[in-house]
Amino acid sequence: MTTTASRPAVEIRDLHKSFGPLEVLKGIDFEVGHGEVVCVIGPSGSGKSTLLRCVNLLEEPTAGKIWVNGTEMTDPDVEIDSVRRGIGMVFQSFNLFPHLTVLDNLTIAQRRVLKRGRAEAERIARDNLARVGLTDKADAYPAQLSGGQQQRAAIARSLSMDPKLMLFDEPTSALDPELVGDVLTVMRQLAEDGMTMMVVTHEMAFARDVADRVVFMDGGVVVEQGPPQEVLGAPQHERTRSFLSRVLDPTHVAQLGQPGQSAEPPASPSLPVDDRHHI
Amino acid sequence: MKLRRRQRERLSLWLQYLAFVAVIAVVLLAADWGRLREAFFRVDIIESMFPTIITVALRNTILYTLGAFAFGLVFGTILALMRLSRVAPYRWVATAYIELFRGLPALLVLFLVGYGIPIAFPEREIPGGVFGSISIGLGLTAAAYMAETIRAGIQAVPKGQMEAARTLGMSHFTAMRTIVIPQAFRIVIPPLTNELILLTKDSSLAYVLGVTAQTIEVTKFGRDTLNDRVNATPLLVAGLTYLIITLPLSQVVRRLELRYAKAR
Repeated sequence: MTTTASRPAVEIRDLHKSFGPLEVLKGIDFEVGHGEVVCVIGPSGSGKSTLLRCVNLLEEPTAGKIWVNGTEMTDPDVEIDSVRRGIGMVFQSFNLFPHLTVLDNLTIAQRRVLKRGRAEAERIARDNLARVGLTDKADAYPAQLSGGQQQRAAIARSLSMDPKLMLFDEPTSALDPELVGDVLTVMRQLAEDGMTMMVVTHEMAFARDVADRVVFMDGGVVVEQGPPQEVLGAPQHERTRSFLSRVLDPTHVAQLGQPGQSAEPPASPSLPVDDRHHI
Repeated sequence: MKLRRRQRERLSLWLQYLAFVAVIAVVLLAADWGRLREAFFRVDIIESMFPTIITVALRNTILYTLGAFAFGLVFGTILALMRLSRVAPYRWVATAYIELFRGLPALLVLFLVGYGIPIAFPEREIPGGVFGSISIGLGLTAAAYMAETIRAGIQAVPKGQMEAARTLGMSHFTAMRTIVIPQAFRIVIPPLTNELILLTKDSSLAYVLGVTAQTIEVTKFGRDTLNDRVNATPLLVAGLTYLIITLPLSQVVRRLELRYAKAR
Protein backbone atom coordinates (compact mmCIF):
# COMPACT_ATOMS: atom_id res chain seq x y z
CA MET A 1 0.00 0.00 0.00
CA THR A 2 1.33 3.41 -0.92
CA THR A 3 0.57 6.28 1.37
CA THR A 4 1.50 9.65 0.00
CA ALA A 5 0.34 12.94 1.42
CA SER A 6 0.36 14.46 -2.05
CA ARG A 7 -2.20 12.02 -3.40
CA PRO A 8 -5.71 13.38 -3.88
CA ALA A 9 -8.58 12.23 -1.66
CA VAL A 10 -9.85 9.95 -4.41
CA GLU A 11 -7.85 8.81 -7.40
CA ILE A 12 -9.29 6.45 -9.98
CA ARG A 13 -7.29 5.06 -12.91
CA ASP A 14 -8.79 3.23 -15.88
CA LEU A 15 -11.67 1.78 -13.86
CA HIS A 16 -13.77 -0.89 -15.52
CA LYS A 17 -16.80 -2.60 -14.02
CA SER A 18 -18.96 -5.26 -15.61
CA PHE A 19 -22.05 -7.01 -14.33
CA GLY A 20 -21.93 -10.25 -16.27
CA PRO A 21 -21.81 -9.34 -19.95
CA LEU A 22 -22.91 -5.76 -19.25
CA GLU A 23 -20.01 -3.30 -19.03
CA VAL A 24 -21.20 -0.44 -16.84
CA LEU A 25 -17.93 1.48 -16.44
CA LYS A 26 -15.68 1.62 -19.50
CA GLY A 27 -12.44 3.09 -18.31
CA ILE A 28 -12.87 5.93 -15.84
CA ASP A 29 -10.05 8.29 -14.85
CA PHE A 30 -11.12 10.53 -12.08
CA GLU A 31 -9.89 12.47 -9.08
CA VAL A 32 -11.31 14.29 -6.10
CA GLY A 33 -9.00 16.74 -4.34
CA HIS A 34 -8.90 17.23 -0.59
CA GLY A 35 -11.77 19.48 0.44
CA GLU A 36 -13.25 19.40 -3.04
CA VAL A 37 -16.96 18.93 -3.70
CA VAL A 38 -17.59 16.98 -6.88
CA CYS A 39 -21.07 16.39 -8.25
CA VAL A 40 -21.53 13.51 -10.66
CA ILE A 41 -24.52 13.89 -12.96
CA GLY A 42 -25.81 11.88 -15.86
CA PRO A 43 -28.76 9.85 -17.11
CA SER A 44 -29.86 6.74 -15.24
CA GLY A 45 -27.80 3.76 -16.31
CA SER A 46 -24.80 5.96 -17.03
CA GLY A 47 -22.80 4.20 -14.30
CA LYS A 48 -22.52 7.11 -11.88
CA SER A 49 -23.85 5.19 -8.87
CA THR A 50 -21.64 2.22 -9.74
CA LEU A 51 -18.64 4.56 -9.87
CA LEU A 52 -19.50 5.89 -6.42
CA ARG A 53 -19.99 2.38 -5.03
CA CYS A 54 -16.62 1.33 -6.42
CA VAL A 55 -14.90 4.07 -4.40
CA ASN A 56 -15.60 2.30 -1.10
CA LEU A 57 -15.61 -1.11 -2.72
CA LEU A 58 -19.31 -1.85 -2.28
CA GLU A 59 -18.82 -2.94 -5.87
CA GLU A 60 -15.68 -4.83 -6.76
CA PRO A 61 -14.03 -3.24 -9.84
CA THR A 62 -13.40 -5.55 -12.78
CA ALA A 63 -10.18 -3.72 -13.67
CA GLY A 64 -8.37 -0.53 -12.78
CA LYS A 65 -7.02 1.04 -9.62
CA ILE A 66 -8.60 3.19 -6.93
CA TRP A 67 -6.85 5.08 -4.13
CA VAL A 68 -8.72 6.74 -1.28
CA ASN A 69 -6.85 8.98 1.12
CA GLY A 70 -3.62 7.43 -0.14
CA THR A 71 -4.68 3.81 0.38
CA GLU A 72 -5.09 1.58 -2.63
CA MET A 73 -8.62 0.16 -2.37
CA THR A 74 -8.00 -2.26 -5.21
CA ASP A 75 -5.09 -3.91 -3.38
CA PRO A 76 -6.38 -7.46 -2.75
CA ASP A 77 -4.94 -7.30 0.78
CA VAL A 78 -6.46 -3.93 1.68
CA GLU A 79 -7.85 -3.80 5.23
CA ILE A 80 -11.23 -2.85 3.87
CA ASP A 81 -13.01 -2.35 7.21
CA SER A 82 -10.40 0.08 8.49
CA VAL A 83 -10.28 2.08 5.23
CA ARG A 84 -14.07 2.33 5.13
CA ARG A 85 -14.05 4.05 8.54
CA GLY A 86 -12.65 7.11 6.80
CA ILE A 87 -15.30 7.07 4.07
CA GLY A 88 -18.86 8.05 4.95
CA MET A 89 -21.65 6.99 2.66
CA VAL A 90 -25.21 8.23 2.33
CA PHE A 91 -27.69 6.09 0.42
CA GLN A 92 -30.72 6.93 -1.62
CA SER A 93 -32.85 4.74 0.66
CA PHE A 94 -31.27 6.08 3.92
CA ASN A 95 -30.63 2.56 5.29
CA LEU A 96 -30.99 3.57 8.91
CA PHE A 97 -31.13 0.56 11.21
CA PRO A 98 -34.86 0.26 11.96
CA HIS A 99 -34.44 -1.77 15.15
CA LEU A 100 -32.34 0.92 16.83
CA THR A 101 -33.20 4.42 18.03
CA VAL A 102 -31.67 7.35 16.17
CA LEU A 103 -29.09 7.76 18.93
CA ASP A 104 -28.14 4.07 18.80
CA ASN A 105 -27.92 4.30 15.00
CA LEU A 106 -25.27 6.95 15.52
CA THR A 107 -23.39 5.22 18.33
CA ILE A 108 -23.32 1.55 17.34
CA ALA A 109 -20.48 1.78 14.82
CA GLN A 110 -18.58 4.25 16.99
CA ARG A 111 -18.66 1.75 19.82
CA ARG A 112 -18.18 -1.49 17.86
CA VAL A 113 -15.69 -0.20 15.30
CA LEU A 114 -13.91 2.77 16.87
CA LYS A 115 -14.22 1.27 20.39
CA ARG A 116 -15.38 4.57 21.84
CA GLY A 117 -16.99 4.51 25.29
CA ARG A 118 -20.72 5.03 25.65
CA ALA A 119 -20.45 8.57 27.02
CA GLU A 120 -18.04 9.73 24.32
CA ALA A 121 -20.02 8.06 21.53
CA GLU A 122 -23.26 9.64 22.74
CA ARG A 123 -21.68 13.07 23.03
CA ILE A 124 -20.38 12.85 19.46
CA ALA A 125 -23.73 11.50 18.27
CA ARG A 126 -25.63 14.37 19.89
CA ASP A 127 -23.19 16.90 18.43
CA ASN A 128 -23.85 15.51 14.97
CA LEU A 129 -27.61 15.35 15.51
CA ALA A 130 -27.47 19.04 16.40
CA ARG A 131 -25.47 19.64 13.24
CA VAL A 132 -28.28 18.20 11.10
CA GLY A 133 -31.06 19.77 13.18
CA LEU A 134 -32.38 16.61 14.83
CA THR A 135 -31.50 17.24 18.48
CA ASP A 136 -34.99 16.32 19.64
CA LYS A 137 -35.17 13.04 17.67
CA ALA A 138 -32.41 11.13 19.49
CA ASP A 139 -34.80 8.69 21.12
CA ALA A 140 -37.13 8.21 18.15
CA TYR A 141 -37.08 5.14 15.93
CA PRO A 142 -36.36 5.68 12.24
CA ALA A 143 -39.92 4.72 11.29
CA GLN A 144 -41.18 7.68 13.33
CA LEU A 145 -39.21 10.16 11.21
CA SER A 146 -40.04 11.72 7.85
CA GLY A 147 -37.88 10.78 4.88
CA GLY A 148 -35.95 14.03 5.11
CA GLN A 149 -35.30 13.52 8.82
CA GLN A 150 -34.18 9.95 8.19
CA GLN A 151 -31.72 11.08 5.55
CA ARG A 152 -30.32 13.77 7.84
CA ALA A 153 -29.97 11.20 10.60
CA ALA A 154 -28.13 8.96 8.13
CA ILE A 155 -25.76 11.81 7.31
CA ALA A 156 -25.19 12.39 11.04
CA ARG A 157 -24.52 8.66 11.46
CA SER A 158 -21.77 8.84 8.85
CA LEU A 159 -20.32 12.02 10.33
CA SER A 160 -20.10 10.40 13.76
CA MET A 161 -17.30 8.23 12.39
CA ASP A 162 -15.21 11.35 11.58
CA PRO A 163 -14.85 10.52 7.87
CA LYS A 164 -12.37 12.34 5.66
CA LEU A 165 -14.53 11.76 2.60
CA MET A 166 -18.30 11.62 2.18
CA LEU A 167 -20.02 9.78 -0.65
CA PHE A 168 -23.63 10.63 -1.49
CA ASP A 169 -25.60 8.27 -3.73
CA GLU A 170 -28.63 10.25 -4.94
CA PRO A 171 -29.39 11.34 -1.37
CA THR A 172 -32.58 13.21 -2.23
CA SER A 173 -34.06 10.98 -4.95
CA ALA A 174 -36.34 9.08 -2.57
CA LEU A 175 -37.67 12.19 -0.86
CA ASP A 176 -40.89 14.09 -1.28
CA PRO A 177 -40.10 17.41 -3.00
CA GLU A 178 -40.81 19.54 0.06
CA LEU A 179 -38.31 17.54 2.14
CA VAL A 180 -35.39 17.83 -0.29
CA GLY A 181 -34.37 21.31 0.81
CA ASP A 182 -33.54 20.37 4.41
CA VAL A 183 -31.21 17.61 3.28
CA LEU A 184 -29.48 19.81 0.71
CA THR A 185 -29.04 22.52 3.32
CA VAL A 186 -27.21 20.08 5.57
CA MET A 187 -25.03 18.96 2.66
CA ARG A 188 -24.24 22.53 1.70
CA GLN A 189 -23.25 23.30 5.29
CA LEU A 190 -21.00 20.25 5.22
CA ALA A 191 -19.36 21.50 2.02
CA GLU A 192 -18.79 24.91 3.55
CA ASP A 193 -17.15 23.25 6.54
CA GLY A 194 -14.56 21.86 4.14
CA MET A 195 -15.67 18.24 3.82
CA THR A 196 -14.45 16.34 0.78
CA MET A 197 -17.61 15.23 -0.99
CA MET A 198 -18.50 13.13 -4.00
CA VAL A 199 -22.19 13.53 -4.77
CA VAL A 200 -24.21 11.60 -7.34
CA THR A 201 -27.28 13.75 -7.80
CA HIS A 202 -30.06 14.98 -10.03
CA GLU A 203 -30.26 18.27 -8.12
CA MET A 204 -28.80 20.62 -10.70
CA ALA A 205 -29.24 23.67 -8.50
CA PHE A 206 -27.19 22.02 -5.78
CA ALA A 207 -24.50 21.09 -8.30
CA ARG A 208 -24.43 24.64 -9.64
CA ASP A 209 -24.29 26.35 -6.25
CA VAL A 210 -22.22 24.01 -4.14
CA ALA A 211 -19.96 21.89 -6.38
CA ASP A 212 -16.39 22.88 -7.13
CA ARG A 213 -16.55 20.61 -10.14
CA VAL A 214 -19.31 18.85 -12.05
CA VAL A 215 -18.71 15.57 -13.84
CA PHE A 216 -21.10 14.46 -16.54
CA MET A 217 -21.19 10.72 -17.20
CA ASP A 218 -22.97 8.85 -19.95
CA GLY A 219 -22.66 5.30 -21.21
CA GLY A 220 -20.01 4.32 -18.67
CA VAL A 221 -17.52 7.10 -19.47
CA VAL A 222 -16.86 10.61 -18.24
CA VAL A 223 -18.06 12.78 -21.10
CA GLU A 224 -17.21 16.15 -19.72
CA GLN A 225 -16.14 17.78 -16.48
CA GLY A 226 -15.28 21.19 -15.17
CA PRO A 227 -16.56 24.05 -13.04
CA PRO A 228 -20.36 24.02 -12.75
CA GLN A 229 -20.84 27.21 -14.73
CA GLU A 230 -19.03 25.59 -17.67
CA VAL A 231 -20.53 22.10 -17.59
CA LEU A 232 -24.03 23.24 -16.66
CA GLY A 233 -23.92 26.70 -18.20
CA ALA A 234 -22.00 26.10 -21.43
CA PRO A 235 -21.70 22.37 -22.04
CA GLN A 236 -19.30 21.44 -24.83
CA HIS A 237 -20.76 18.06 -25.69
CA GLU A 238 -24.01 17.29 -27.41
CA ARG A 239 -24.76 14.49 -24.97
CA THR A 240 -24.42 16.90 -22.04
CA ARG A 241 -26.68 19.44 -23.68
CA SER A 242 -29.30 16.83 -24.47
CA PHE A 243 -29.24 15.50 -20.90
CA LEU A 244 -29.46 18.96 -19.35
CA SER A 245 -32.33 19.98 -21.56
CA ARG A 246 -34.24 16.86 -20.56
CA VAL A 247 -33.58 17.44 -16.86
CA LEU A 248 -34.07 21.18 -16.72
CA ASP A 249 -36.92 21.56 -19.17
CA PRO A 250 -38.62 18.17 -19.34
CA THR A 251 -41.88 19.37 -20.88
CA HIS A 252 -40.19 20.79 -23.99
CA VAL A 253 -38.03 17.84 -24.95
CA ALA A 254 -40.31 16.90 -27.84
CA GLN A 255 -39.68 20.25 -29.51
CA LEU A 256 -35.94 19.71 -29.58
CA GLY A 257 -36.20 17.12 -32.30
CA GLN A 258 -34.00 14.04 -32.09
CA PRO A 259 -31.19 14.85 -29.70
CA GLY A 260 -27.81 13.96 -31.09
CA GLN A 261 -28.99 14.03 -34.70
CA SER A 262 -30.02 17.59 -35.28
CA ALA A 263 -27.61 19.43 -37.55
CA GLU A 264 -28.03 22.53 -35.51
CA PRO A 265 -27.49 21.81 -31.82
CA PRO A 266 -30.14 23.31 -29.61
CA ALA A 267 -29.14 26.28 -27.57
CA SER A 268 -27.79 25.16 -24.27
CA PRO A 269 -30.52 25.42 -21.72
CA SER A 270 -30.01 27.89 -18.97
CA LEU A 271 -30.70 26.96 -15.41
CA PRO A 272 -34.02 28.21 -14.14
CA VAL A 273 -33.53 31.33 -12.12
CA ASP A 274 -36.29 30.60 -9.70
CA ASP A 275 -35.30 27.17 -8.54
CA ARG A 276 -37.51 24.94 -6.46
CA HIS A 277 -35.08 24.52 -3.63
CA HIS A 278 -33.58 27.54 -2.02
CA ILE A 279 -30.37 26.21 -0.65
CA MET B 1 -94.00 -13.12 -5.21
CA LYS B 2 -90.59 -11.74 -6.06
CA LEU B 3 -88.48 -10.59 -3.12
CA ARG B 4 -86.45 -7.40 -3.19
CA ARG B 5 -82.70 -7.66 -2.88
CA ARG B 6 -82.58 -6.61 0.75
CA GLN B 7 -85.39 -9.02 1.65
CA ARG B 8 -83.55 -11.87 -0.05
CA GLU B 9 -80.36 -11.08 1.85
CA ARG B 10 -82.20 -10.88 5.16
CA LEU B 11 -83.92 -14.18 4.49
CA SER B 12 -80.64 -15.88 3.62
CA LEU B 13 -79.05 -14.61 6.83
CA TRP B 14 -81.95 -15.86 8.94
CA LEU B 15 -81.77 -19.27 7.32
CA GLN B 16 -78.09 -19.52 8.22
CA TYR B 17 -78.76 -18.66 11.85
CA LEU B 18 -81.60 -21.13 11.89
CA ALA B 19 -79.42 -23.95 10.57
CA PHE B 20 -76.83 -23.22 13.26
CA VAL B 21 -79.39 -23.25 16.06
CA ALA B 22 -80.94 -26.47 14.71
CA VAL B 23 -77.60 -28.33 14.73
CA ILE B 24 -76.84 -27.17 18.28
CA ALA B 25 -80.32 -28.22 19.44
CA VAL B 26 -79.96 -31.69 17.90
CA VAL B 27 -76.58 -32.21 19.58
CA LEU B 28 -77.86 -31.01 22.93
CA LEU B 29 -80.94 -33.21 22.78
CA ALA B 30 -79.41 -36.31 21.23
CA ALA B 31 -76.30 -36.54 23.39
CA ASP B 32 -76.37 -38.83 26.39
CA TRP B 33 -75.21 -36.24 28.89
CA GLY B 34 -75.20 -38.57 31.85
CA ARG B 35 -72.79 -40.96 30.19
CA LEU B 36 -70.61 -38.23 28.78
CA ARG B 37 -70.24 -36.62 32.18
CA GLU B 38 -69.49 -39.98 33.75
CA ALA B 39 -66.76 -40.68 31.15
CA PHE B 40 -65.19 -37.24 30.71
CA PHE B 41 -66.07 -35.05 33.67
CA ARG B 42 -65.72 -36.89 36.98
CA VAL B 43 -65.05 -34.10 39.46
CA ASP B 44 -63.40 -36.45 41.96
CA ILE B 45 -60.90 -37.56 39.30
CA ILE B 46 -60.22 -33.98 38.26
CA GLU B 47 -59.53 -33.10 41.89
CA SER B 48 -57.25 -36.08 42.32
CA MET B 49 -55.06 -34.89 39.41
CA PHE B 50 -54.25 -31.61 41.10
CA PRO B 51 -51.78 -30.30 41.94
CA THR B 52 -49.49 -32.94 40.39
CA ILE B 53 -50.58 -32.19 36.82
CA ILE B 54 -49.39 -28.60 37.26
CA THR B 55 -46.41 -28.95 39.60
CA VAL B 56 -44.89 -31.97 37.89
CA ALA B 57 -46.50 -32.75 34.52
CA LEU B 58 -47.00 -29.23 33.17
CA ARG B 59 -43.65 -28.13 34.55
CA ASN B 60 -41.93 -30.99 32.71
CA THR B 61 -43.85 -30.32 29.50
CA ILE B 62 -42.67 -26.71 29.60
CA LEU B 63 -39.08 -27.74 30.42
CA TYR B 64 -38.92 -30.27 27.57
CA THR B 65 -40.44 -27.78 25.16
CA LEU B 66 -38.03 -25.00 26.11
CA GLY B 67 -35.08 -27.39 26.03
CA ALA B 68 -35.93 -28.57 22.53
CA PHE B 69 -36.68 -25.03 21.40
CA ALA B 70 -33.39 -23.66 22.73
CA PHE B 71 -31.42 -26.49 21.15
CA GLY B 72 -33.30 -26.07 17.86
CA LEU B 73 -32.87 -22.29 17.87
CA VAL B 74 -29.13 -22.34 18.43
CA PHE B 75 -28.50 -25.23 16.05
CA GLY B 76 -31.01 -23.87 13.53
CA THR B 77 -29.29 -20.47 13.51
CA ILE B 78 -25.95 -22.16 12.88
CA LEU B 79 -27.50 -24.18 10.05
CA ALA B 80 -29.06 -21.05 8.56
CA LEU B 81 -25.70 -19.25 8.59
CA MET B 82 -24.08 -22.32 7.03
CA ARG B 83 -26.72 -22.30 4.30
CA LEU B 84 -25.76 -18.70 3.51
CA SER B 85 -22.02 -19.29 3.85
CA ARG B 86 -19.51 -18.49 1.13
CA VAL B 87 -17.85 -21.82 1.88
CA ALA B 88 -19.59 -24.32 -0.39
CA PRO B 89 -19.11 -27.45 1.80
CA TYR B 90 -20.90 -25.67 4.65
CA ARG B 91 -23.83 -25.05 2.34
CA TRP B 92 -23.86 -28.68 1.20
CA VAL B 93 -23.78 -30.06 4.74
CA ALA B 94 -26.51 -27.71 5.96
CA THR B 95 -28.73 -28.42 2.96
CA ALA B 96 -28.28 -32.17 3.35
CA TYR B 97 -29.05 -31.98 7.07
CA ILE B 98 -32.17 -29.88 6.55
CA GLU B 99 -33.52 -32.11 3.78
CA LEU B 100 -32.79 -35.24 5.81
CA PHE B 101 -34.31 -34.16 9.10
CA ARG B 102 -37.38 -32.56 7.59
CA GLY B 103 -38.12 -35.91 6.01
CA LEU B 104 -37.85 -38.00 9.18
CA PRO B 105 -40.65 -38.46 11.74
CA ALA B 106 -39.86 -36.76 15.06
CA LEU B 107 -40.63 -40.04 16.82
CA LEU B 108 -37.96 -41.90 14.87
CA VAL B 109 -35.34 -39.25 15.65
CA LEU B 110 -36.32 -39.46 19.30
CA PHE B 111 -35.85 -43.25 19.23
CA LEU B 112 -32.48 -42.68 17.61
CA VAL B 113 -31.36 -40.35 20.39
CA GLY B 114 -33.02 -42.27 23.21
CA TYR B 115 -32.08 -45.82 22.19
CA GLY B 116 -29.85 -45.77 19.11
CA ILE B 117 -27.07 -43.69 20.60
CA PRO B 118 -27.01 -45.54 23.97
CA ILE B 119 -26.65 -48.83 22.04
CA ALA B 120 -23.88 -47.41 19.86
CA PHE B 121 -22.03 -45.76 22.74
CA PRO B 122 -22.98 -47.66 25.88
CA GLU B 123 -20.15 -46.13 27.90
CA ARG B 124 -21.39 -42.58 27.23
CA GLU B 125 -24.57 -40.98 28.49
CA ILE B 126 -26.56 -38.05 27.12
CA PRO B 127 -26.37 -35.41 29.86
CA GLY B 128 -29.60 -34.35 31.54
CA GLY B 129 -31.40 -37.71 31.37
CA VAL B 130 -34.87 -37.53 29.84
CA PHE B 131 -34.62 -33.73 29.61
CA GLY B 132 -31.37 -33.94 27.67
CA SER B 133 -32.60 -36.69 25.37
CA ILE B 134 -35.91 -35.01 24.55
CA SER B 135 -34.23 -31.61 24.04
CA ILE B 136 -31.80 -33.10 21.55
CA GLY B 137 -34.23 -35.59 20.03
CA LEU B 138 -36.91 -33.02 19.25
CA GLY B 139 -34.40 -30.19 18.80
CA LEU B 140 -32.62 -31.99 15.96
CA THR B 141 -35.82 -32.01 13.92
CA ALA B 142 -36.92 -28.55 15.01
CA ALA B 143 -33.52 -27.15 14.01
CA ALA B 144 -34.08 -28.23 10.40
CA TYR B 145 -37.38 -26.33 10.21
CA MET B 146 -36.10 -23.33 12.15
CA ALA B 147 -33.00 -23.10 9.95
CA GLU B 148 -35.14 -22.56 6.87
CA THR B 149 -37.29 -20.00 8.68
CA ILE B 150 -34.26 -18.09 9.98
CA ARG B 151 -32.54 -18.19 6.59
CA ALA B 152 -35.65 -16.68 5.00
CA GLY B 153 -35.68 -14.04 7.75
CA ILE B 154 -32.05 -13.11 7.16
CA GLN B 155 -32.65 -12.85 3.44
CA ALA B 156 -35.71 -10.69 4.06
CA VAL B 157 -33.56 -7.99 5.68
CA PRO B 158 -32.90 -5.44 2.92
CA LYS B 159 -29.44 -5.59 1.35
CA GLY B 160 -28.93 -1.91 2.18
CA GLN B 161 -28.74 -2.75 5.89
CA MET B 162 -25.62 -4.85 5.40
CA GLU B 163 -24.18 -2.24 3.04
CA ALA B 164 -24.76 0.58 5.51
CA ALA B 165 -23.17 -1.42 8.32
CA ARG B 166 -20.14 -2.37 6.20
CA THR B 167 -19.80 1.23 5.05
CA LEU B 168 -19.48 2.26 8.70
CA GLY B 169 -16.47 -0.05 8.95
CA MET B 170 -18.15 -3.05 10.56
CA SER B 171 -16.83 -6.48 9.63
CA HIS B 172 -19.22 -8.90 7.96
CA PHE B 173 -19.51 -10.79 11.25
CA THR B 174 -20.24 -7.70 13.37
CA ALA B 175 -22.76 -6.42 10.82
CA MET B 176 -24.48 -9.80 10.79
CA ARG B 177 -24.61 -10.02 14.58
CA THR B 178 -25.63 -6.47 15.47
CA ILE B 179 -27.63 -5.36 12.44
CA VAL B 180 -28.94 -8.18 10.25
CA ILE B 181 -29.71 -11.02 12.67
CA PRO B 182 -31.60 -8.87 15.21
CA GLN B 183 -33.85 -7.68 12.39
CA ALA B 184 -34.17 -11.18 10.97
CA PHE B 185 -35.39 -12.48 14.34
CA ARG B 186 -38.05 -9.82 14.48
CA ILE B 187 -39.28 -11.02 11.11
CA VAL B 188 -39.34 -14.69 12.13
CA ILE B 189 -40.98 -14.35 15.55
CA PRO B 190 -44.42 -15.48 14.34
CA PRO B 191 -43.20 -18.63 12.51
CA LEU B 192 -40.82 -19.46 15.37
CA THR B 193 -43.68 -19.24 17.83
CA ASN B 194 -45.59 -21.63 15.66
CA GLU B 195 -42.62 -23.96 16.04
CA LEU B 196 -42.78 -23.48 19.82
CA ILE B 197 -46.43 -24.46 19.84
CA LEU B 198 -45.68 -27.54 17.73
CA LEU B 199 -42.87 -28.49 20.12
CA THR B 200 -45.19 -28.09 23.10
CA LYS B 201 -47.37 -30.79 21.61
CA ASP B 202 -44.45 -32.93 20.41
CA SER B 203 -43.02 -32.96 23.93
CA SER B 204 -45.73 -35.57 24.63
CA LEU B 205 -43.49 -38.00 22.72
CA ALA B 206 -41.25 -38.06 25.80
CA TYR B 207 -43.20 -41.10 27.00
CA VAL B 208 -41.28 -43.32 24.57
CA LEU B 209 -38.10 -42.62 26.55
CA GLY B 210 -39.63 -44.22 29.62
CA VAL B 211 -40.47 -41.45 32.05
CA THR B 212 -40.70 -41.77 35.82
CA ALA B 213 -43.01 -40.08 38.32
CA GLN B 214 -40.54 -37.20 38.45
CA THR B 215 -40.04 -36.80 34.71
CA ILE B 216 -43.63 -37.40 33.60
CA GLU B 217 -45.25 -34.83 31.31
CA VAL B 218 -48.88 -33.91 30.69
CA THR B 219 -50.01 -36.47 28.11
CA LYS B 220 -48.39 -39.44 29.85
CA PHE B 221 -49.76 -38.26 33.17
CA GLY B 222 -53.23 -38.11 31.67
CA ARG B 223 -52.89 -41.58 30.19
CA ASP B 224 -51.52 -43.11 33.43
CA THR B 225 -54.41 -41.64 35.37
CA LEU B 226 -56.79 -43.01 32.75
CA ASN B 227 -55.32 -46.47 33.30
CA ASP B 228 -55.63 -46.14 37.08
CA ARG B 229 -59.22 -44.93 37.12
CA VAL B 230 -60.52 -46.55 33.92
CA ASN B 231 -62.06 -43.24 33.00
CA ALA B 232 -61.54 -40.71 30.18
CA THR B 233 -61.65 -37.59 32.36
CA PRO B 234 -57.84 -37.34 32.64
CA LEU B 235 -57.58 -36.86 28.86
CA LEU B 236 -59.92 -33.88 29.01
CA VAL B 237 -57.88 -32.38 31.86
CA ALA B 238 -54.61 -33.01 30.02
CA GLY B 239 -55.97 -31.41 26.86
CA LEU B 240 -57.09 -28.28 28.72
CA THR B 241 -53.68 -28.11 30.39
CA TYR B 242 -51.98 -27.75 26.98
CA LEU B 243 -54.24 -24.81 26.24
CA ILE B 244 -52.83 -23.11 29.35
CA ILE B 245 -49.57 -22.88 27.40
CA THR B 246 -50.66 -22.43 23.82
CA LEU B 247 -53.39 -19.80 24.20
CA PRO B 248 -51.31 -17.24 26.16
CA LEU B 249 -48.44 -17.88 23.76
CA SER B 250 -50.38 -16.51 20.82
CA GLN B 251 -51.32 -13.49 22.94
CA VAL B 252 -47.67 -12.81 23.76
CA VAL B 253 -46.76 -13.05 20.08
CA ARG B 254 -49.47 -10.59 19.13
CA ARG B 255 -48.09 -8.12 21.65
CA LEU B 256 -44.49 -8.63 20.50
CA GLU B 257 -45.49 -8.11 16.90
CA LEU B 258 -47.15 -4.84 17.82
CA ARG B 259 -44.08 -3.66 19.71
CA TYR B 260 -41.73 -4.53 16.89
CA ALA B 261 -44.05 -3.00 14.34
CA LYS B 262 -43.30 0.29 16.06
CA ALA B 263 -39.55 -0.24 15.81
CA ARG B 264 -39.60 -1.16 12.16
